[in-house]
Amino acid sequence: MSITFFIIVSVIKIVLVIFVLLTAVAYTVWLERKVVGRMQNRWGPTRVGPFGLLQPAADGIKFLFKEDLTPPHVYKPLYIAAPMLAVIFAITSIAVIPFGNTVTILGHEIPLQITDVNIGLLVVLGITSLGVYGVALSGWSSNSKYSLLGGLRASAQMVSYEIALGLSLVGVLILAGTFSLRGIVEAQAGHFGPWIPNWFIFKGGQIVAFFIYLTAAYAETNRIPFDLPEAETELVAGYHTEYSAMKFAMFFMAEYSNMITVACLASLLFLGGWSGPVFGPDILQAILPVFWFALRIFVFLFIYIWVRGTLPRFRYDQLMAFGWKFLLPVAIANLVITALVVALK
Amino acid sequence: MLHLVLFSVFGLICVAGAVNLLVQKHPINSALSLVVVMASLAVEYLLLGAEFVAAVQVIVYAGAIMVLFVFVIMLLNAGEEEHTSGSTVAWLLGIPGLLTGAVLICWAVLRYSGGGGVTIGALPGHPKDIAQLLFHEFLLPFEVTSILVLIAIMGAVVLAARPEAVQESKRES
Repeated sequence: MSITFFIIVSVIKIVLVIFVLLTAVAYTVWLERKVVGRMQNRWGPTRVGPFGLLQPAADGIKFLFKEDLTPPHVYKPLYIAAPMLAVIFAITSIAVIPFGNTVTILGHEIPLQITDVNIGLLVVLGITSLGVYGVALSGWSSNSKYSLLGGLRASAQMVSYEIALGLSLVGVLILAGTFSLRGIVEAQAGHFGPWIPNWFIFKGGQIVAFFIYLTAAYAETNRIPFDLPEAETELVAGYHTEYSAMKFAMFFMAEYSNMITVACLASLLFLGGWSGPVFGPDILQAILPVFWFALRIFVFLFIYIWVRGTLPRFRYDQLMAFGWKFLLPVAIANLVITALVVALK
Repeated sequence: MLHLVLFSVFGLICVAGAVNLLVQKHPINSALSLVVVMASLAVEYLLLGAEFVAAVQVIVYAGAIMVLFVFVIMLLNAGEEEHTSGSTVAWLLGIPGLLTGAVLICWAVLRYSGGGGVTIGALPGHPKDIAQLLFHEFLLPFEVTSILVLIAIMGAVVLAARPEAVQESKRES
């Protein structure tokens, strides 16, 4: 593959992926309003377009044209940088996520992934661990007590749950023997027994790790029942209280694209990535894996919303006790057992 | 060629971050400069082909340790520091000392590295190679370090736990 061809393909992939990601972010917001609305016995958005489908566009225009208010006494450089940091780190992590097999175009094998690095999983974890700066700095620089408390809560919570999250993934890494996300998906190909697929949620008993990962990831993305950084009953809106217009929208975008990253990782690591029945002509064979992958992400996003509509918020000491005294020991136990089983085999 | 350019650029960013860390008056700006230093060091590792070390550098230093620094600064609500011009002795001894140290380090590096460039992939950078080194050749130092860290954690817990809080929790249970 010549260097020009490589660059052209990469640019096309990057533009496509970011477009799809941002569209998905907008429509996840729509989905959330719609589903939570139905769960609370009301309609959700219905006015703009059929089923309210144009609501995200209307919201986007509204955010762009609203007055961008900067309160006095904020620390301006960080106040402006914080939402940017949040959204940059949230979007960057999609760069190493594979979303399908390789396809052959004009005689070139093109992997459906922006770039495949052999430390893919670590890159995602590293970038998402930097995401806390956006939240923490916005809380501090706003110079408001609600924001500061929100920022403090967010950083304490994210540092605490990151440990359980990281440990829950080590079992998968032991079984797959690689950090490459594509390699991890390939390690889950095939099936055992008559029909059970080789997904790590079934094979190697990583189902415990799967639930630890999901719980910790909900805390990492500041979603209900772990949304204490923006608990509106006590902190107005937490770390983004003082933000308006597009800066506020950037925090929103960061939160939802983090949710999508979590869904991607959960499908790649535990549910076999894009595996699924593939049939038909060539074009269908190229598209179907991407469809199966997108379906998994949709299911995860739906569960996110479902949990939001169902569970009440933790109290802060419960949150910390749950993370340190329950999730962490269970994650360590799961890791030790997995390592023993693999070593004795 | 491109590698060399990138390496120099990130080296400069790293040094600029370190200088900024000292010059800034507000602790949070200093902490963020340190994050920049850590991140550009990670890029340098990446350019040397040590991708695992680079990822760990970001996760551990930029993503965990510096977050705690920022957390503490936010929690204490530390204000701006007052700058003094420093003592005369520090100026007289510090600058020659700094220069001597820098020259010594440069000399040692140039003398013993052979002055040649390192090609990418010449050093063990793949996670598997690092695991091989860590869990075979250097297993004992690795385990000893982990015990040292454990002792440090326990020490911190002992120092931080207030006696009355411990007694209260005993009474409750």
